[in-house]
Amino acid sequence: MSATESRAARLRGLGRGAAPYLLSLPSWAYLTAFFVVPMAAMLSMSLATGNPITGYVFSWNFAEFGRAVSQYDTQLLRSFGYGALSTFITLVLTYPVAYWIAFYGGRHKGTFLFLILLPFFVSFVIRTLAWQFILADQGFLFGTLKQLHILPERFYLLSSTTAVIGGLVYNSVAYYILPLYVALEKIDRRVVRAAGDLYASPVATFWKVILPLSAPGIFAGFLLVFVTNVGDFVNAAVLGGPGTTMIGNIIQYNFFDAQNYPMAATLSSILMFLLIVCIYVYARIFGAEQIQEYAA
Amino acid sequence: MPDSQRMDVRLSNVTKSYGTVTAVDDLSLVIESGEFFSLLGSSGCGKTTTLSMVGGFQEPTSGQIYLGGTDVSRLPPYKRDVNTVFQSYALFPHLTVAENVAFGLKRKKVAKSEIAGRVAEILRLVDLNGFEDRKPALLSGGQQQRVALARALVNRPKLLLLDEPLGALDLKLRKQMQIELKRIQSEVGITFLYVTHDQEEAIVMSDRLAVMSNGKIEQVGPPDQVYDRPATEFVAGFLGASNMMWGEVHAESGAMLAVRLEDGVEIAVPKSAAEGHGKRLRLGVRPEKIAVLPMSEPVGEGWNVLSGAITLNVYTGIGHQYTVRDPVGRDFAVYVQNTQAARGPALGEAVQIAWRAEHTFVVTPSQQG
Repeated sequence: MSATESRAARLRGLGRGAAPYLLSLPSWAYLTAFFVVPMAAMLSMSLATGNPITGYVFSWNFAEFGRAVSQYDTQLLRSFGYGALSTFITLVLTYPVAYWIAFYGGRHKGTFLFLILLPFFVSFVIRTLAWQFILADQGFLFGTLKQLHILPERFYLLSSTTAVIGGLVYNSVAYYILPLYVALEKIDRRVVRAAGDLYASPVATFWKVILPLSAPGIFAGFLLVFVTNVGDFVNAAVLGGPGTTMIGNIIQYNFFDAQNYPMAATLSSILMFLLIVCIYVYARIFGAEQIQEYAA
Repeated sequence: MPDSQRMDVRLSNVTKSYGTVTAVDDLSLVIESGEFFSLLGSSGCGKTTTLSMVGGFQEPTSGQIYLGGTDVSRLPPYKRDVNTVFQSYALFPHLTVAENVAFGLKRKKVAKSEIAGRVAEILRLVDLNGFEDRKPALLSGGQQQRVALARALVNRPKLLLLDEPLGALDLKLRKQMQIELKRIQSEVGITFLYVTHDQEEAIVMSDRLAVMSNGKIEQVGPPDQVYDRPATEFVAGFLGASNMMWGEVHAESGAMLAVRLEDGVEIAVPKSAAEGHGKRLRLGVRPEKIAVLPMSEPVGEGWNVLSGAITLNVYTGIGHQYTVRDPVGRDFAVYVQNTQAARGPALGEAVQIAWRAEHTFVVTPSQQG
């Protein structure tokens, strides 16, 4: 009697101890199925040899990494350049908007945010294609301006770096505004008032108090937008030309057209590795603690 | 104008309205240089609005505010030689204690070497040396409060505004900080304009105080004067308890008026106290001024005497708190200090209550009774 009781109690105790692990099982299963397995598959594919006809076999073939870097260094560098530049431009463009909504939006804050998000309910590809239409050399915008001799006949924007970066910026706006808005909204207005009391002009208050206190938003938005933009291939494909190919386009080409899976996997691995390094360095330089201290 | 040189703060017919609501109503006030001045009143009386206008956070609807003789009514806060200690402290969370304190000096472009010295000096004054590199989040409420004080004082403003700075502290710490603030104020000699709803705090700390109600000043003066000679029934009630009576002047003799209470009992009231109040007087006396005496005991010259019965007897440790009801049903609150050797009167016992005639004050009534 007492033996079975204590056994039941032991089992209950065990159940309680194991409960958190049991409850997290679905998440573990999900991560294994959709993250660990594909990641392992990608990494092992990057080390495979073979050809599209006979198939690819895992073979510890590291040579692909060297070839990938020497063959596509331009595109890799360009991707990081475009990514950084477009992220920075997005920050500069969205900060004033987020600031205005957070500080002067009043009771219409929600409406303003909704209006900004509205275009993003349309598919990403459609929105980018719309820009192709708008920026077309003889489209209704440039075509008309050229007929009126406001723009020279040779003027074009499509296929240029400007168009690709412009597209990247356009598509990132919402992803930067939201974290910025949240960070700015959270700033204690009494602290802003205190800055005014301590002889800080509105400009000084911005640089010394508001900007440093919004750093978490700048940081979060930067990660979100930078990582997405470095790996993007839609903007370069739709708005760019031969001179604006990004690493995403190369990966897409190797995977779908050349069916060179090892090369596609190798480039993806390199991209991922470089992004992790970038983020690590960025976090070390502008990490939560430091970003708050540089203001002083 | 040597007079306006001495005056640190002058408010001249200042009004602040929000639509139809008047928060501050035609308020005029002079605060002398180096004074610890308190604005006392319950919430919504306009004291914080007044402070905000002096600080520059709000503009008066009409009227002028002068600091050291110059009109600053329309200057933004960062252009006024005034600093504020906010109720919420409002410390910069991203800056250390030392950086918080140095903030104002840096904006005023004070030399770096001087900043370091002044920051160290003021942190010593508020007893926070050793905390320079801490972030505000790692400090206790009392320490944050002192950082807020140091951050304002380090700028050596002409005037320091304090908006219920002790409101967030617990009672013991508050008492301690009251003394501390008073010490610091006398040490730095800066004019303090202090806003509080706590009458005891205002009495303890102020050189002078103004009691506010409905956007107007009810009375201005040194704490003892405002407490002992309240000008209005509101002030009498706001600063501690008081026993109020109606009376009619019917004769005068020397410095005293003979006043007949509603029930016919006659008491003496100083002529000076009744000046300008006419024939029908609203009279008061503080509970601690009243003595409770056995019926048989003779009462000396110069005392006002009423009789009644003890209806409530509360022992408070430091004394007794009695309620004495007189034959016409008036209740008198009486505080007696715990100094008598003999046992006090028992519940229901008939007693005399007596107070010195000059302790009777006359107020402007809140309404006619």
